[in-house]
Amino acid sequence: MMSSSFNIFRVGISVVIMCIFYKSAVDSLSELSPQKYFSTLQPGKASLAYFCQADSPRTSIFLEELNEAITPLQDYGISVAKVNCVKEETSRYCGKEEDLMKAYLFSALLFNEVKYITTLEDLQNIENALKGKANIAFSYVRAIGTPEHRAVMEAAFVYGTTYQFVLTTETALLESIGNEDIENAHLYFFHCKQVLDLTLQCRRTLMEQPLTTLNIHQFIKTMEAPLLTEVTEDPQQVSTVHLQLGLPLVFIVSQQATYEADRRTAEWVAWRLLGKAGVLLLLRDSLEVDIPQHSNVIFRRAEEGVPVEFLVLDDIDSLISHVESNVHIEEIQEDEDEDTKSPNMDVQDDEVAETVYRDRKRPLPLELTVELTEETFNTTVVASDSIVLFYAGWQAVSMAFLQSYIDLAIKLKGTSTMLLTRVNCADWSDLCTKQNVTEFPVVKMYKEGKNPVSYVGMLGTEDLLKFIQLSRISCPVNITSVQEAEEYLSGELYKDLISYSSVSVLGLFSPNMTTAKEDFTEAGNYLKGYAITGIYSEEDVLILSDKYAATLPALLLSRHKEGKIESIPLANSHAQDIIQIITNALLETFPEITVENLPIYLRLQKPLLILFSDGSINPQYKKAILMLVKEKHLDSLTPCWLNLKNTPVGRGILQSYFDTMPPLPLLVVVNLHSGGQVFAFPSDQAITEQNLLLWLKKLEAGLENHITILPAQEWKPPLPAYDFLSMMDAAASQHPTRKDPECTKEMDVQENDKKQHEDKSAIIKEPIETLRIKHWNRSNWFKEGEKSFRHDNKEL
Amino acid sequence: MRLAAAARLWGPPGLLLTFALHPALCLRPARTAAPPHRDYCVLGAGPAGLQMAYFLQRAGRDYAVFERAPRPGSFFARYPRHRRLISINKRHTGKANAEFNLRHDWNSLLSHDPQLLFRHYSRAYFPDAGDMVRYLGDFADRLRLRVLYNTTIAHVTLDKDRQAWNGHYFILTDQTGQAHRCSVLLVATGLWVPNQVDFPGSEHVEGYESVSVDPKDFEGQNVLILGRGNSAFETAENILGVTNFIHMLSRSRVRLSWATHYVGDLRAINNGLLDTYQLKSLDGLLESDLTDLAVVKDHEGKFHITLKFFLEESNQSADAITLPQDDNDNFAMRVAYDRVIRCLGWKFDFSIFNKSLRLSSSGEFSKKYPLVKASYESKGSRGLFVLGTASHSVDYRKSAGGFIHGFRYTVRAVHRLLEHRHHHVPWPSTEHPISQLTNSIVRRVNEASGLYQMFSVLADVILLKENATAFEYLEEFPMQMLAQLETITGRKAQHGLFVINMEYGRNFSGPDKDVFFYDRSVGHTEDAWQSNFLHPVIYYYRHLPTEQEVRFRPADWALPRPTAIHHIVEDFLTDWTAPVGHILPLRRFLENCLDTDLRSFYAEAMKVGAAPLIITGLAAVTRQK
Repeated sequence: MMSSSFNIFRVGISVVIMCIFYKSAVDSLSELSPQKYFSTLQPGKASLAYFCQADSPRTSIFLEELNEAITPLQDYGISVAKVNCVKEETSRYCGKEEDLMKAYLFSALLFNEVKYITTLEDLQNIENALKGKANIAFSYVRAIGTPEHRAVMEAAFVYGTTYQFVLTTETALLESIGNEDIENAHLYFFHCKQVLDLTLQCRRTLMEQPLTTLNIHQFIKTMEAPLLTEVTEDPQQVSTVHLQLGLPLVFIVSQQATYEADRRTAEWVAWRLLGKAGVLLLLRDSLEVDIPQHSNVIFRRAEEGVPVEFLVLDDIDSLISHVESNVHIEEIQEDEDEDTKSPNMDVQDDEVAETVYRDRKRPLPLELTVELTEETFNTTVVASDSIVLFYAGWQAVSMAFLQSYIDLAIKLKGTSTMLLTRVNCADWSDLCTKQNVTEFPVVKMYKEGKNPVSYVGMLGTEDLLKFIQLSRISCPVNITSVQEAEEYLSGELYKDLISYSSVSVLGLFSPNMTTAKEDFTEAGNYLKGYAITGIYSEEDVLILSDKYAATLPALLLSRHKEGKIESIPLANSHAQDIIQIITNALLETFPEITVENLPIYLRLQKPLLILFSDGSINPQYKKAILMLVKEKHLDSLTPCWLNLKNTPVGRGILQSYFDTMPPLPLLVVVNLHSGGQVFAFPSDQAITEQNLLLWLKKLEAGLENHITILPAQEWKPPLPAYDFLSMMDAAASQHPTRKDPECTKEMDVQENDKKQHEDKSAIIKEPIETLRIKHWNRSNWFKEGEKSFRHDNKEL
Repeated sequence: MRLAAAARLWGPPGLLLTFALHPALCLRPARTAAPPHRDYCVLGAGPAGLQMAYFLQRAGRDYAVFERAPRPGSFFARYPRHRRLISINKRHTGKANAEFNLRHDWNSLLSHDPQLLFRHYSRAYFPDAGDMVRYLGDFADRLRLRVLYNTTIAHVTLDKDRQAWNGHYFILTDQTGQAHRCSVLLVATGLWVPNQVDFPGSEHVEGYESVSVDPKDFEGQNVLILGRGNSAFETAENILGVTNFIHMLSRSRVRLSWATHYVGDLRAINNGLLDTYQLKSLDGLLESDLTDLAVVKDHEGKFHITLKFFLEESNQSADAITLPQDDNDNFAMRVAYDRVIRCLGWKFDFSIFNKSLRLSSSGEFSKKYPLVKASYESKGSRGLFVLGTASHSVDYRKSAGGFIHGFRYTVRAVHRLLEHRHHHVPWPSTEHPISQLTNSIVRRVNEASGLYQMFSVLADVILLKENATAFEYLEEFPMQMLAQLETITGRKAQHGLFVINMEYGRNFSGPDKDVFFYDRSVGHTEDAWQSNFLHPVIYYYRHLPTEQEVRFRPADWALPRPTAIHHIVEDFLTDWTAPVGHILPLRRFLENCLDTDLRSFYAEAMKVGAAPLIITGLAAVTRQK
């Protein structure tokens, strides 16, 4: 086999940057042994330590960069050290370079300090929660894994205990806080700590420099510095953190008489210049040094030896622009070499894959579930009722769901007779194929080792729990007496289950209705895990049928929430029809739509009539719609409502319907399945039965105009793929004839040079092109070689 | 019968006619009914024949295997002469995945019985041929395959019959004169006729098939071996330590299998002679066309090499024949040899097939193989398939179709073709929602053994359903038959397709290439198309390519030019499950082919405080977002 060519950059990404608490502050990159390093650690001080094998050459580039970062980092009180792991070293942080396991554990901790959010509502919730308590560092990055993202995470490591770090990748969220520049990463500092009035918004400061680790450190340091400092010394002598950070100082010259007004002005200026310059209030009266009579502002540059400027400025704006035009922020470039030029197609934009990758070193308490193999599978599922999770170790959704599965195991620990097991299909491929598992993940329930029931619900703990609980009882349950039937219908019999299914279904049959019973039993089996079904066919069944006015065979539907029992005749209904009846019965007539139940209601293939409500629904609206339902005016629609408090994504939905957020509540008809038109009920009309009916009539007659049409297919590829075909074409076209190998080689080199030259202009647009050429020379040689020996192959 | 019935209606004059017709009518059934009929006849109970018998048996088909020997695998009972197989028997891979493990098991046949894995038969990495014989015997016995032993099929002819599946029956005549009639003939006789080169003095040459394997017989001898394959080197290896020297002579230069990645070339396990040759010992390799040579035996019984040309020009006694060294006194083979051994391989036995079957050889470069299509069906007669080693013309010097670890899959492909052609059983497939597309591919490229062994011959095919909301997955389809996919498989390919193949880099390997050059591996995903080691390649076609497109595809291309192509970058561990290095670029490729988004999402992202729920694929809710 070939050898693996390692590339330094890859290693660089996964390289350990750990912040640990450390006391010493040395100037150059100190190289320590692990024992020494840990013995010098002290709480309260941040340190950046890099663990590496003592004689490893691969990390040298990284170390060079680390060296360069020492001085800037020390300005923030972070010391830097390289810890040499010698071969015999047994410290848990050392380890083979390839696995760097402990380092990942640290970064896993880091993620807990950062909140990922997706909506404005999330942001507002966090903001509200932290008012008067802590400040927030909110950042938007285009994708997880970008250099900007890493920079934010590293900052969170250092400052995560002081500030709440919040992260989003949602462009809509960035736009909703008024930033249209979705191409670049941004960081906002929310000054929430001093906000005591909860109705007020936290002030926000946007970091203007690119998001690099050092820039963020610098920015946060300026946020930490006092907004306004009063001084009475010589402006030339004053020193604040700003100067150390390379930022200028602005002194507002004040005197006793106008102190109050000046202070307000200075504060105002300080907010405007936050992150760009330090603002100080200088009391002229108590100052010994002379300052020109009319000057009201003193400007001091960060560079040493530059004399202060005495300025006379009329208004704040000219002050600000003066500062901004004079600020020279030294941009400290971090190592961005390949990241900046590649289109970042390598960035993981699948959130499930990303989180699984992120947590890959976090050990799961897998021991709570039994791992099955080809040898143990059959005996296990025969010996005990089992839930089997079929998954593939390499598949992200599988691994994310495995986490939920373990959570479920924790929840059910000691309470369930059901054995939770798992099969890794990456190992036991044949077993999975035999069990008809062709996709991942799949959950099946085996009772007495036979007729496994497949779970088709959402891949989450709650839904799976519901499935398991409802599967505890046989489906249908055989009810043996009228009294038991009554208990069953009232919800008494399975009290603990009705929280999982609000409807109990009871089939009533005369003892001789064999076919009908079989059909019902088949339907019950089919709905196992999703519904509570029972069957009663004793001689005295007439007592029940009389009581509930049912003609045998019949279904009784007991809706526990509403305390209603209705009956449906079942004459000549086949299993499939019964399943349909029960499935429909489980649907609500006017449900609250959530992310989880939407697919079920969409399956009805009808246009949705959605009432968007900020909080619980107005009972009058509900009444009006229920009335319309009852009068069968809404049969062609699926009426439902959406609580923006429970389902914040609704806000995003509304925003895509209307450009701005419309006033709530709001009624909308969405024709998702044909055409995609969206119609809005006029907001100036009250939502009453009559108005609604009139509007729906007009809608039906085509008299209403839609407000928008949803595009048929919005699921476009998030990023382009490598176009290998054109790369191959380009390579082939560069190589048209090969008559004289020597000559061609030379020509190619020239051509390549030329091409490379041309490509430079388009380097951002087509970076791969250049990469391709870089490698091209190499493969060129082999073609030549092959050619000269081709006739050889043909012999024999 | 219809004629006879009609005749009766004509009344008495017809009686005569009926009478006259009767013998004619009866003659046909009498002639064809006599030989026992079978739907499928398999010639040869070697590995390929038994493999086909297994599939026919599992499908419940009417079949029989004809074997002239009393037990299966008679070739292995004799060959290799020195008894060491060069097919690896890797008993441990560190993985439990049985399908994956077949990638490194070159001896087992495919079956559902885990006991019938070769690792239970030998612990040797290069096992003994006797174990193979034992294994094949067990395979036939345990699975109760219907093999007629001691039945030598001496002659095969065609019998045209419009009723027959293929318009004709194959009539097989055995050594007793008993005929057998077959609808489909599956020839798995292998290559067993030793190749001989005709030159003056070739009668002095000993053949590999009969030469002594006892090194003592070569003590202190000068040995010339004709041939440069594994059998030649195996023979040399055996006597290397006892001879004065060994010279090896063949037409073409030696090809090392690690340089060509073709297992039929010289394997490292046999190349001891190369080692001593290059380390200035007396052994050596020479290149010359054997047909120009002549071997002359002198009065001492030693052999001299000369040219046929010299023999033709004069008619002298043996000791006076002109030798090359007479003119050219440093001629390499001027020494006298004690023995000349011929190790030139084997060829297919064409002799038993009647001309009407039009079973011809594959052309100049592979004369030893019968000519077949990429579906392994003979070009000359429909319904005749060539299986096993004899079918290697399809991928000669390219893939593994001439070896057990390759043809066990091509036999399965032929069986699948037959199941559809004659029994309306479409090519097996699984149907999945489009959200499983990436998964299906990742799974197969990581475990499939057929794709791995029969790289660039058998490929998986994904047939998209309308609007690309779902797809069908077909495994191990003979990729050169892609244009005929619909008729062969009975599946529809109306909405675009993907082909998943495994390929080596185009310019990576060859007989004289330095396959260990520095920087030979590609690590960057964007350079994946330049990968050198075996790696998965995915072709996307909007429409099924036509026969013309397949036939006139660009040189060096395994398939016609696709709409888009993706290479999964080569991997040192052949484990293509790296989330960012392998799966992510694959997903991007599939997304861009289908113009859709194949990511998974947490429903959690949409609902504050809920447990993580995952919506895979195109959950409707996200459409609104």
